[in-house]
Amino acid sequence: MEPIIRFENVHFSYPEGEREILCGINLEITEGSFVAVLGHNGSGKSTLFKHMNAILLPTSGKVWVRDMDTADEDKLLDIRRTVGMVFQNPDNQIVANVVEDDVAFAPENLGVPSEEIRQRVDAALKQVGMYEFRMHAPHLLSGGQKQRVAIAGVLAMQPKVLALDEPTAMLDPQGRKEVIDTVTRLCREKGMTVVLITHHMEECIGADRLVVMSNGSIVADGTPLEVFSQVELMEREGLDVPETTRVLHELGLPKTAMDPESCAAIIAGAKS
Amino acid sequence: MLKDITLGQFFPGDTPVHRLDPRSKILLLIVFIVALFMASGWAGYGLMILVTALCMAISHISPRNIFKGLKPMLLIIVFTAALNLLYTQGTPLFPGWPITREGLDRSIAMVLRIVLLIAGTFLLTYTTSPMALTDGMERLLNPLKKIGLPVHEITMMMSMALRFIPTLIEETDKIMSAQKARGADFENGNLLQRAKALLPILVPLFVSSFRRADELAVAMESRCYHGGSGRTRMKQLHFQALDLWALALGALLLAAMILLRHFGL
Repeated sequence: MEPIIRFENVHFSYPEGEREILCGINLEITEGSFVAVLGHNGSGKSTLFKHMNAILLPTSGKVWVRDMDTADEDKLLDIRRTVGMVFQNPDNQIVANVVEDDVAFAPENLGVPSEEIRQRVDAALKQVGMYEFRMHAPHLLSGGQKQRVAIAGVLAMQPKVLALDEPTAMLDPQGRKEVIDTVTRLCREKGMTVVLITHHMEECIGADRLVVMSNGSIVADGTPLEVFSQVELMEREGLDVPETTRVLHELGLPKTAMDPESCAAIIAGAKS
Repeated sequence: MLKDITLGQFFPGDTPVHRLDPRSKILLLIVFIVALFMASGWAGYGLMILVTALCMAISHISPRNIFKGLKPMLLIIVFTAALNLLYTQGTPLFPGWPITREGLDRSIAMVLRIVLLIAGTFLLTYTTSPMALTDGMERLLNPLKKIGLPVHEITMMMSMALRFIPTLIEETDKIMSAQKARGADFENGNLLQRAKALLPILVPLFVSSFRRADELAVAMESRCYHGGSGRTRMKQLHFQALDLWALALGALLLAAMILLRHFGL
């Protein structure tokens, strides 16, 4: 399948900074897949994120969204309506005092006719399960609810890709679950391409593909099972692996599963 | 204490006042203010009080909320009353007192003016969502675009400011608690000392506001914001029969106040 976002040998450094933040990234994101990008603070994952809709442009190399070069200014609006972005702090991306007005912001900017905006807003709010809150003031919602409103605000643009930069970093466990469940459902049921940037290992388990970044480079790329199996590499990067994988690793058994039932079966099988 | 700030608050509802087009409400507020400054006698003030009370009753805004909004203005009101009471020339109420009959009349009139002015303004902001309010303002100011006034940008800034009032209040509360936990004292000392104590709050608040503004700008751009050109609205403004009636009543009020003033009532 055609990749919807393609990074071609992307290098990036800030004009004033000496350190290169992205050092030659090659990455293709397939339409309809759920890709998680895991990495520590300063690994370059947020910089990578900002390249997906031309907030930042590569110092050298190219980023393609479908067949559009992100450096092409004429395509800016088309790129941004294709790749919707959700940021870390829900407060700093909500622009209106009423939930539904906020969700309407993007289609209003795109010049969509009024009746269609209404339909898009209602549909987007229903998709994230916030329709009953459409008349509420955002600052009275919980963190998880605010972040779901932010997701709805992006969905109202009808993007092809939903990219999220540590959307759960400021949330409590309950809010974190709400957001990850919503995103997973959007990918599985609506076929939305999801790119989730995170530093929580647990949030990557449900992804189709896991990319690990360190110091501006991709150090591992594969299904979560494949990546987490490289326990030494993950430890070197200071990243966690699921408990089940760790147990299998300590026991020296083959790491062919992550869910507790299958792992228990593997251990039982090894004993006998 | 910070929770008491009611600026930019909005009480959703479905009364005729809520349903009015924001443009009519802004115009009516201007008419109301002009009428208020026309008032010169007790009949005039009486009428204005009646109108305000009526609007409050129709819009189901309780006087408690209006008074809550008046609280921060209390100092100014007391100050105005005292100054007018003490420094107006005329016939003393009692021989030897500095308080004159004219002074008493004037200070009551001034207090009424300020209170009604604030009450009228609050009636507008309490019954109109900030989005509708700024939208209405943008439409009303639209003709000024021709002389180069950046109307869309101004109203967008206004709506952002209104949006972030509760967020910044919350943040101020958080910073204050953090400073209190480290022994800062905001309650004691004279005015100068207390003002000085606020500095450690303002600096972090400023820094974080700049960071917020930066993130907000990126988030808005990511949602395809590119200025006012080619923008549509989900909720379009429509003048209805109700607006015509309300504006007619506003004109009637203004006429009545002019007449009352003419007859010196």
